[in-house]
Amino acid sequence: MGMTVAQKILARASGRASVSVGDVVEPRVDLAMSHENAALVINQFREVFDGTGLEARVWDPSKIAIIFDHRVPAESAKTATNQKKIREFVAAEGITKFHDIRADQGGICHQILPESGYVLPGSVVVGTDSHTTTHGALGAFAFGIGATEMASVWALGTALNVEVPATIKVVVNGTLPELVSAKDLILHLIGRLTAEGANFKVLEFHGQAIRNMPTSGRLVLCNMSVEAGATAGIVPADGETLRYLRDVAHVRGPIDLVRPDDDAVYASAIEIDCSELTYQIACPHSVDNVKALSEVVGTRVDQIVIGSCTNGRADDLAVAASILSGRKIAGNVRMLVFPASWRVYEEALRRGFIADLMGAGAVIMNPGCGCCLGVHQGALGDGEVALSTTNRNFLGRMGNPNARVFLCSPAVAAASALTGSISTPAAARVNT
Amino acid sequence: MSDSSSLHPTTRVAWKLPDDVSTDVIYPGRYMATVLPTETPQYAFADIAALNKALLSGEIPRGSAIVAGRNFGCGSSREQAASTLKGHELVIIAKAFARIFVQNAINLGLRTIVCPDIDANVGDELELGEERVIDRTTGKSFATVPLPRSRQAIIDAGGLIPYTRRKLMESRRTG
Repeated sequence: MGMTVAQKILARASGRASVSVGDVVEPRVDLAMSHENAALVINQFREVFDGTGLEARVWDPSKIAIIFDHRVPAESAKTATNQKKIREFVAAEGITKFHDIRADQGGICHQILPESGYVLPGSVVVGTDSHTTTHGALGAFAFGIGATEMASVWALGTALNVEVPATIKVVVNGTLPELVSAKDLILHLIGRLTAEGANFKVLEFHGQAIRNMPTSGRLVLCNMSVEAGATAGIVPADGETLRYLRDVAHVRGPIDLVRPDDDAVYASAIEIDCSELTYQIACPHSVDNVKALSEVVGTRVDQIVIGSCTNGRADDLAVAASILSGRKIAGNVRMLVFPASWRVYEEALRRGFIADLMGAGAVIMNPGCGCCLGVHQGALGDGEVALSTTNRNFLGRMGNPNARVFLCSPAVAAASALTGSISTPAAARVNT
Repeated sequence: MSDSSSLHPTTRVAWKLPDDVSTDVIYPGRYMATVLPTETPQYAFADIAALNKALLSGEIPRGSAIVAGRNFGCGSSREQAASTLKGHELVIIAKAFARIFVQNAINLGLRTIVCPDIDANVGDELELGEERVIDRTTGKSFATVPLPRSRQAIIDAGGLIPYTRRKLMESRRTG
């Protein structure tokens, strides 16, 4: 029987010819990523070795990545102390894929991993962050785990008791209309599936629109697959994957484009003609509360956010800059821009996006997770409304349970910044 | 701290929660710099002030049950969401759980019960059987969904840390 991409990757990583849905395997891990929560992983890791008489050493320091992104630079003494503890661990263990708070190496983990060439098609990636699903955009099987599970990976080099998940095939045909983006597509899909519609399953993306989509868009799809509950989102590797890995991530070694078998068995299939798709928006307080933008046009907004591991890439900033260039954001809004990495920031500077955004009145923040999860700057006041290109709008997400968060694409965010209320990008273009 | 699974064959429903309760509600992101299981319990449901207060004051005693809807624990992988509830020795009975949350709960020994049709009220006394949850107050009985074999093995070992320790010793002996 044919295998899906997830099955092929898990079979190979488990040393088996094939695996079936529901099999329990212990795949070898190719990359184990953590951010500031490595502080907790370190505690749990040391506890694993307690009483064993063995020295607590990680299985392979070259396969561990640690990226500081959630609270950078540290917002409190507690965070700074955690970061210090992690730096000491990194040095002691010889961990090489470490990205500190530096403009020549830093950023959000889900941008650093792809742009640094750490993720290859066919690999098994685990991360102590639910948006680890992002890396399926490069044809990897990538999933989020907790800190204790990561401690187990650091000790053993395998992920324990992984059940081979069923896969939902998502076929997207047609051509996205102008300014309708991967973000609108994934919001539409989450609305259809619901927040638990893909729980314990994989979303595997196919179709003409996916083939034509650059990696920056595929990263958005896989990033937010977890918002439908998916264990992983996967775009089977193809020519575009190869282009990104060679030209952008500067990968020199062999790259194996793992494809699903033609007779792979899927739990279900969803077909979308994206030529018909319009702008989508996720309304408070759940990501699957998705509506056509037209239903909420005119809602007054206090804070616009463009950035995050979902939509903080150069292509996202380019769209926002093209809408805001030479114009001013409305007087009633503040606009925060978080580039996904310092490399993205540098590119945005070089290409003039930063000047366009600043000129319009946007505040450019340093790369990091920032206000997305309410841990570091950009908090909302009581009763305020945020329109954000981030990935979650749960109650309290941006630091205040008395505020509301809407999720949208960079084009919608930029267009709405001009008016101070939720607006369509098409309207912004017409007004120029 | 006693093991609620063996010492609390019955429990009382302390609170009811709807579908899609996210980890941001269970343990808000702004407290994520706090990681120690000894410290996380103070922030349990911090944004549901009445629930947080009832947990911290002891008004909700240890071993109590929270009855939730579908997709409990959706969102972040933050392990604090499991450790904060484990710290209060709660039993979480939900119609369904989100994947990462329930895996963290199993890894840390937080008791979770999948009970797709659960319909109980605050104050009801529940009997937690092997295959059913019985509401002694209303007389209703609800089937539970057993854990997959792979997850039961971690619980049987006493959590993921002892389970991993055993694997580690085995691998060193054979490797």
